[in-house]
Amino acid sequence: MASPQARSRAGWARNSTAWEKRSLRPDRAQSEQAGAKNQPRASRQIPKISPERAGRYQKSAQSEQAGAKNPSTRHESCKYASPTSRKCDRVRVGQDVVGPQDVPGKWRSPRPYLTVTHKHCHTLPPSCSHVNTFNLQTHKNTHHTPKHTLVLVLLPRELTHSRTLEMLPSHAPYLLIGGGTASFAAARSIRARDPGAKVLIVTDEPDLPYMRPPLSKELWFSDDPSVTETLRFKQWNGKERSIYFQPPSFYIDPEHLTGAENGGVAVLVNKKVVHMDVRGNKVKLDDGTEISYEKCLIATGGVPRNLQVIERAGEEVMKRTSLFRKIEDFKSLENVSRKAESITIIGGGFLGSELACALGRKAAESGLEVVQMFPEKGNMGKVLPEYLSNWTTEKVKKEGVKVITEALVKSVSYRDDKLEIQLKDGRLVKTDHIVAAVGLEPNVDLAKSAGLEVDSDFGGYRVNAELQARSNIWVAGDAACFYDIRLGRRRVEHHDHAVVSGRLAGENMTGASKPYWHQSMFWSDLGPDVGYEAIGIVDSSLPTVGVFAKATAKDTPKAATEKSGTGIRSESETEDTAASPVASAAPAPAVENKDEYGKGVIFYLRDKVVVGIILWNVFNRMPIARKIIKDGEEHADLNEVAKLFNIHED
Amino acid sequence: MGYCEAEDDRIIFVTKEDHEAPSKAELIADDPNDPYEEQGLILPNGDINWNCPCLGGMASGPCGSQFKEAFSCFHYSKEEVKGSECIDHFSSMQECMQKYPDLYPQEEENASQTESSSVPGSDNSAMLSENDSSPSAALDSVSPTDNQTLSSS
Repeated sequence: MASPQARSRAGWARNSTAWEKRSLRPDRAQSEQAGAKNQPRASRQIPKISPERAGRYQKSAQSEQAGAKNPSTRHESCKYASPTSRKCDRVRVGQDVVGPQDVPGKWRSPRPYLTVTHKHCHTLPPSCSHVNTFNLQTHKNTHHTPKHTLVLVLLPRELTHSRTLEMLPSHAPYLLIGGGTASFAAARSIRARDPGAKVLIVTDEPDLPYMRPPLSKELWFSDDPSVTETLRFKQWNGKERSIYFQPPSFYIDPEHLTGAENGGVAVLVNKKVVHMDVRGNKVKLDDGTEISYEKCLIATGGVPRNLQVIERAGEEVMKRTSLFRKIEDFKSLENVSRKAESITIIGGGFLGSELACALGRKAAESGLEVVQMFPEKGNMGKVLPEYLSNWTTEKVKKEGVKVITEALVKSVSYRDDKLEIQLKDGRLVKTDHIVAAVGLEPNVDLAKSAGLEVDSDFGGYRVNAELQARSNIWVAGDAACFYDIRLGRRRVEHHDHAVVSGRLAGENMTGASKPYWHQSMFWSDLGPDVGYEAIGIVDSSLPTVGVFAKATAKDTPKAATEKSGTGIRSESETEDTAASPVASAAPAPAVENKDEYGKGVIFYLRDKVVVGIILWNVFNRMPIARKIIKDGEEHADLNEVAKLFNIHED
Repeated sequence: MGYCEAEDDRIIFVTKEDHEAPSKAELIADDPNDPYEEQGLILPNGDINWNCPCLGGMASGPCGSQFKEAFSCFHYSKEEVKGSECIDHFSSMQECMQKYPDLYPQEEENASQTESSSVPGSDNSAMLSENDSSPSAALDSVSPTDNQTLSSS
């Protein structure tokens, strides 16, 4: 397990020494979730009844006198044998043990009950299997409680009026932890390869699996005022779709998974896996439920980081600060963007830059002020070479964003109804709301209980080239630090990587024994003039070679006539850039052709070998780029390689 | 062509004419037997690649079993009218799909029928183009809910 300090260097943040030292509490995700749920459910302390035996039930904990007080009502005693605790030795089942005053709701006597004399029970012995026919409901009673005695009250199923906890399968042949893209891709791959596979996804989010990119991209450009409800967007091909991968009917109810004839994919929402027993091939949920598995995928993604100066700044500042990752975050920021006069995005990476452009677009109509600040010299400064980063920043500004570069946040305070962001160089920015887009902390909460290794450089669970951490355990998506046979050890935080790695994990969970081979890609759009796709390692600290299309009279007739004279530009291209015309609402192609970094391909080199490629406003050429990365050859003249991309063609 | 050096970042500007001559870059010939390479719908050995992204949710969804049976039957059919023995499989697939109208919309794909129109029992959208390892138009319309995602982004 890496120390928090080591983990702070992970991934995105590796180069960001300029950022404030991050607050990286390993327990963060967990405590957040517990916080959200607020009242810790008493059921967390409850001895676990194996659901397949206990049947469909509700439960909440109860430490109760009843069992002890009413020994006469006990009609059965079951010997209990716990694998983890010898202390828990007795389970009793009886009737009519709790007075009506103790039980809220529609309880009535007589009630069956069940007593467990110690806390750490996990399963009921077979002789208690008649519990099947009951719902199980318990409650907390603080009075007259003998220590170490817990009572579960069993109710016939018809007596319970609501079902807060559905019946969980106690066993899932394929258990996928996390409900994001990687899990979904794995589920699909498993189902495709193993007919009748029973797949259980456990997610702490309230939603079925959905794709995250539209949350910072397409959804913001929707014309539909109810987009926060529909969550539908137009794809690049013009077809509209939901951000959910599949409608609810695609999945089967977790309760029906065990008995499903053709198997299926079930999703358990609002549940967090808090403990993993690798040797026992089982996990424990935050409500105490245990689920055993045959093959398990960890795809827990990560938690957005915040700046320590903001976390330290107090409640008023925190209340006006958003982190961005989930559907809820989109809805809430969309809401803020309707009301606030000024929003400041801190962070110059993918998320920060995309959100800045999205909000900037909105600002054009509403008068909202959108500020984006980051420590680098230009947008995407850790990804793009400096010249391209600077050029991109000019484009982002054209989208209506006030970009503040080389900005290091010293402190944030709340004064006179405004947030004041004090920068280290003395600059002061007043705003209404902050969006901190400063990277992701991979969620490795299970590392400790599972005994899994966390990578000290990149963060994330360390897995081999087949994405395997241990026997029966694989990791995919943001949380996986994997070995790429061609490019070395990596951790990648992109949607397509979640798809590719989830899919691969699913294949290997069904016996494929395949290494990470097919390179994932990613894409980003920043306004109408900047759209790119990339593959491999694109890190601005690497040397690059960029090959760009020079506009000619031939391919830009319009530009040529406007330029009065020759269509061939001078050699000193950089001068043109500085004077690049401020575009009106001109159509994209016309603008593109006036700018010298309009279209091209950028090669990233490590030891003279191309390890990363950006296709800059050049589309549908990814297979060529993938091939070059795959070859891993040294090329004497990258301009010749660039020819393969036909950058002058559409 | 224009060159520009900025520390470690080299920039080359090229006109269309500069790039008109064929590339001299040498790529390694693809290994057709690369065991790990991404495959299309039909594997080199002629089997069906059920994990092809082009299938979208077809093979993994609630009618995945029925779909697989029907498509396998058709794919391996040696009958004179290919797939003519697969009617039962197709109708059970059809039956399953009708239970999930939002997963398998039944309209609007008549125009994209490929050779499947000659196959008995295939007058629904689920038929696949046999000789194409890329997503077929028919398939695209069968599974509009998510096939785009796993293949394009």
